[in-house]
Amino acid sequence: MRTLSEGDILFILLAVRWTLLLSLIAFLGGAVGGLAVALARTGEIRALRLLARGYITVFQGTPLLMQLFLAFFVPSIFGINVDPWTAAALGLSLHASAFLGEIWRGSIETVPHGQTEAATALGLRYWPRMALVVVPQAVRIAIPPTIGFLVQLIKATSLASIIGFVELTRAAQIINNATFRPFTLFGLVALVYFVICWPLSAYSRRIERKLTLASR
Amino acid sequence: MAVSEPPGERAPVVTMRGVSKWFGSFQVLRAIDLDVHRAERIVVCGPSGSGKSTLIRCLNQLEAHQDGTITVDGVELRPDLPGIEAVRREIGMVFQRFNLFPHLTALENCMLAPMKVRGLSRAAAEEAARTYLARVRIPEQAHKYPVQLSGGQQQRVAIARSLCMNPKIMLFDEPTSALDPEMVGEVLDVMVELAESGMTMVVVTHEMGFARRVADRVVFMDQGEIVEVAPPAAFFDHPRNERTRRFLSQILPAGLPETN
Repeated sequence: MRTLSEGDILFILLAVRWTLLLSLIAFLGGAVGGLAVALARTGEIRALRLLARGYITVFQGTPLLMQLFLAFFVPSIFGINVDPWTAAALGLSLHASAFLGEIWRGSIETVPHGQTEAATALGLRYWPRMALVVVPQAVRIAIPPTIGFLVQLIKATSLASIIGFVELTRAAQIINNATFRPFTLFGLVALVYFVICWPLSAYSRRIERKLTLASR
Repeated sequence: MAVSEPPGERAPVVTMRGVSKWFGSFQVLRAIDLDVHRAERIVVCGPSGSGKSTLIRCLNQLEAHQDGTITVDGVELRPDLPGIEAVRREIGMVFQRFNLFPHLTALENCMLAPMKVRGLSRAAAEEAARTYLARVRIPEQAHKYPVQLSGGQQQRVAIARSLCMNPKIMLFDEPTSALDPEMVGEVLDVMVELAESGMTMVVVTHEMGFARRVADRVVFMDQGEIVEVAPPAAFFDHPRNERTRRFLSQILPAGLPETN
């Protein structure tokens, strides 16, 4: 055991960048996957609808930790070695795809069917219809719950510490193993998460209030 | 039944032969035969649930029919028709609830399809949009969003939006039913002008004054069938079918057709 030094604190604080980077990658991956899931869920092809629904059901019905374990260990069964980075990014992206897909499906479905009909009657095909008419209207509704999920996702990156990915939580664990100052260290970690997440939550609440007012 | 002689020797824009459609086990359209000729104005009326909206929604395949043939502008419509969009862009449609795009201004509503479907330049699309907004008498509202417009104004923008595509035929699905009474007139006026300009029109409406004034033929539907087709004078003054007479007595309060 040794005493806690400034270097230790710096080590933990610098690890925030891996938390943020992992969150960003998972969010972007989840956005791409989520858009695909949402479009498949609301589209006209039955097989795709069922597939997307099954995907959402599986990922919403299992713990994220198990998803991360599977992302880490399954590829090695097929002889592919994945590092914790890849596994965490992959696992969290797949997780985010399911949740964002479901959030965005709901948002797309709040756009009245008459909008699709009017665009169809004007001769617009599926992609321009979605891109120019439906999605721009769905986005407004989707912003607050999407930010809400982003907050969940940032906090969920702490689970990646268990598969050996050194981010904020894992960094604190490492220092704690050497110094045993759990209250200080994990209190600091919690504070850092809070400083990142709280402004996002506040922003999401503000937008939501604005939308509620606008819809009156 | 149904197919009465067209006025003159004009080619049909729309031909429906034996068109049937079911929603589940409920038959909404029963062997519909109808021709719409170029520059002809047809008013479709009938009690609610008679299939009149479904009929015009089949003409641009917002609803697929299950039996019979529909030909629009020489193209036979099938649900799996690969180029169905090419047919749709020649058919304007005005909806009961306007269905303007709320995130776009009146002008942008009118410019969207000409640019994205017809490939017009922004300048050309804007010029056309301004022309048609002027024609429906709301040029000064071009930069307003739909929520800032009254129902009557929104419906006139919707008409302009359809006209910007230069359609060969215009379909109206109860265009005044969702409007406050004082706004019905301004929309009907625009439709009358459009009719006078020679546009081919199929109008589902309960506005019998409009039918009498504008229609070449009035089609009466009941329970998915075309019961009677006649020019307005004959239709209102000498309805042949008992069901037509009963409908008219309900919709025209005095039991007498209004005159104008």
